[in-house]
Amino acid sequence: MFSKRFAVQLQSCVRQFCTTKCLTANAQAFEYPSVSSKLVKELQGIVGQSNVSTAEAVREQHGHDESYHKSSPPELVVFAENVEHVSHVAKLCNNNNIPLIPFGTGTGLEGGINAIKGGVCLDLNKMNNILAVNQEDFDCTVEAGVSRQTLNSYLRDTGLVFPIDPGADASLCGMCATSASGTNAVRYGTMRENVLNLEVVLPDGRVFDTAGKGRRTKKTSAGYNLTNLFVGSEGTLGIITKATLRLYGIPECTASAVCSFPSVKNAVDTTVNILQCGIQMARIEFLDEVAIDAFNKYSKYDMKVAPSLFMEFTGNEGTLAKQVDLVSEIVNMNEGSDFKWAEEAEEKNRLWKARHDIVYACMALQPGSKPYSTDVCVPISRLPDVIVRSKELIDAAGIIGFTLGHVGDGNFHNLFLINDDMPDQKAKAIKLSKQIAKIAQELDGTCTGEHGIGLGKKELLLREIGEEGLEIMKQVKSTFDPNNIMNPGKVFV
Amino acid sequence: MASLRVLVGCKRVIDYAVKIRVKPDKSGVVTEGVKHSMNPFDEIAVEEAIRMKEKKLASEVIAFSCGPTASQETLRTAMAMGADRSIHVEVDANQAEIIQPIHIAKLLSKIAQEEKADIVMVGKQAIDDDCNQTAQMTAALLDWPQATFASKLEPAEGGLKVTREIDGGLETIQVKTPTVISSDLRLNEPRYATLPNIMKAKKKPLAKKKPEDYGVEIKAHQEIKKVEDPPTREAGQKLETVEELVTKLKDGGFI
Repeated sequence: MFSKRFAVQLQSCVRQFCTTKCLTANAQAFEYPSVSSKLVKELQGIVGQSNVSTAEAVREQHGHDESYHKSSPPELVVFAENVEHVSHVAKLCNNNNIPLIPFGTGTGLEGGINAIKGGVCLDLNKMNNILAVNQEDFDCTVEAGVSRQTLNSYLRDTGLVFPIDPGADASLCGMCATSASGTNAVRYGTMRENVLNLEVVLPDGRVFDTAGKGRRTKKTSAGYNLTNLFVGSEGTLGIITKATLRLYGIPECTASAVCSFPSVKNAVDTTVNILQCGIQMARIEFLDEVAIDAFNKYSKYDMKVAPSLFMEFTGNEGTLAKQVDLVSEIVNMNEGSDFKWAEEAEEKNRLWKARHDIVYACMALQPGSKPYSTDVCVPISRLPDVIVRSKELIDAAGIIGFTLGHVGDGNFHNLFLINDDMPDQKAKAIKLSKQIAKIAQELDGTCTGEHGIGLGKKELLLREIGEEGLEIMKQVKSTFDPNNIMNPGKVFV
Repeated sequence: MASLRVLVGCKRVIDYAVKIRVKPDKSGVVTEGVKHSMNPFDEIAVEEAIRMKEKKLASEVIAFSCGPTASQETLRTAMAMGADRSIHVEVDANQAEIIQPIHIAKLLSKIAQEEKADIVMVGKQAIDDDCNQTAQMTAALLDWPQATFASKLEPAEGGLKVTREIDGGLETIQVKTPTVISSDLRLNEPRYATLPNIMKAKKKPLAKKKPEDYGVEIKAHQEIKKVEDPPTREAGQKLETVEELVTKLKDGGFI
């Protein structure tokens, strides 16, 4: 007990006087103090007894997301009902050097919320108000607990939509934290391009608006772009409690189609050709033959088992027809065939739901397995190269791997099945993922287009940004979070 | 078959996603400042009517709603989805509290006759009162055949072939037009109104009427005495042995 207290005091001294390098090195070796019963009482004092849970089931659930990383339960789960709660909880944890992890829907794919250093998980789902929808200005403001589908259901009578669609019904502020993207990014961009303002709580309890209170302009040159600093910060800089988001009009007409190709290269070349023609597609998704097979079995379709492109066209009646014609030409040029159309709402929704369910479809091929996915993103011209090479590596390794993704953005996923009963398969999958990420980095790309660094890609981040870049990121981190309580153990090696 | 005129009834209700709260005086639920939208089953009915128009089975879709001024928003949504025109039977706030399916059925049957409708379509029930009576009463007043809980509509000689969802499964019947239909969940997935269509809907005709115009008096047939939350769930207890369980059951007077 005494030595622990001494260690804590020594740590604070060390923090005050050391350089950043020294700081983070210490933080890594540092074992954070446990949550004491005194702290539990203080937290109960802030949020109320019913909003603090030590129940094993609740903690376990808050210790993992949809990735293969095993659950690392926090010591405590605290539910915040408003920003004052968040501010006081943050300040209390900060003063006591207790790790603090903001929690949205737990639908992440990189173990971002796993409490590997213990501490407090701050569940924000009770803050679920849609605060404002400004129809004429195409923007809205939501609290941290509002999910993507909740917002779009609320908006359905207005003709507006928030189009970023990562598949899961993720919380919008969680999507900000991971700079999420999705099947629509080729047309609407990612979270980075669509967040106008954020309300953030810093570890020291300060609450501020990154673009200034109430600001919601399409563009601004006022000061530093703090909004986009927090987008993608994965809970390591502060807690996002509100987001002001850009909305778009629901497209007048949409049509979806699937077509098959004799080879992966044909399919990917088609995508590159379409994009280089400047055709405004809403979605272009690639699925290889392994993925199509799983897709057919799980969602009960009978698509041709071959590398395929799933496409969505939007526009008004005139432009839609033109787009379709142009794309058909390109598809034919690349030996594509078996065009299948979906026009009615039910068919389109079924198709895209099945596309989003692909992770479950793949896991169903080996029940009990968890998904492990690469998330590399490269400039479009490099796409054929990296996809073909990744598939060759997978074939050579002899394990099941699915290749699919948002080729329209140069982003695709190799999905592997992780089964703790099959350690050999697991080791191969992890090794392959790192190899593929490195290939992407060599081709001017990134190791993660949309999932984030989380737990599993820390070394890859260092390789990607370089030592100096990482140092600079750590300096920024220590400015906002000098005690390193915000989601420790993630993002930085 | 001849082009049909479809009259669709829409009700403005509290949005399905809202958490309902009982008023402190237990006289009803809180509606002030709460999000309202078109009854989801009515959305399905509107969508089906519009698809019939797109397939050239129907020539005109008329939307109808009886409610306070705000019901006009619901009708604008119906027109944004594709209805050609609408009829709003306006009632004041007090009347709005006491409207029942019988009043709507009387209005619908009068309007159906006036407008020479071939099909009257409504959602199977409203999500606020769950009555599931309007379609049936309307058919009785008009002495028209009815096909309720429709999950599929197809044209047939002189009428429609309707697949209905019933307790045992699916039942397919044939009805002659004019007929009353009520829509069930799996009939279709309604479209979302797009911005250009919302704009166009503002210019579509919306006729404002009163119940008296159709000879209908909004008179209360029932009085709601009390609305309450269900009792709060109490914590359970873990017991160690069967004997303990039996003792607890006896003490509680359950056995």
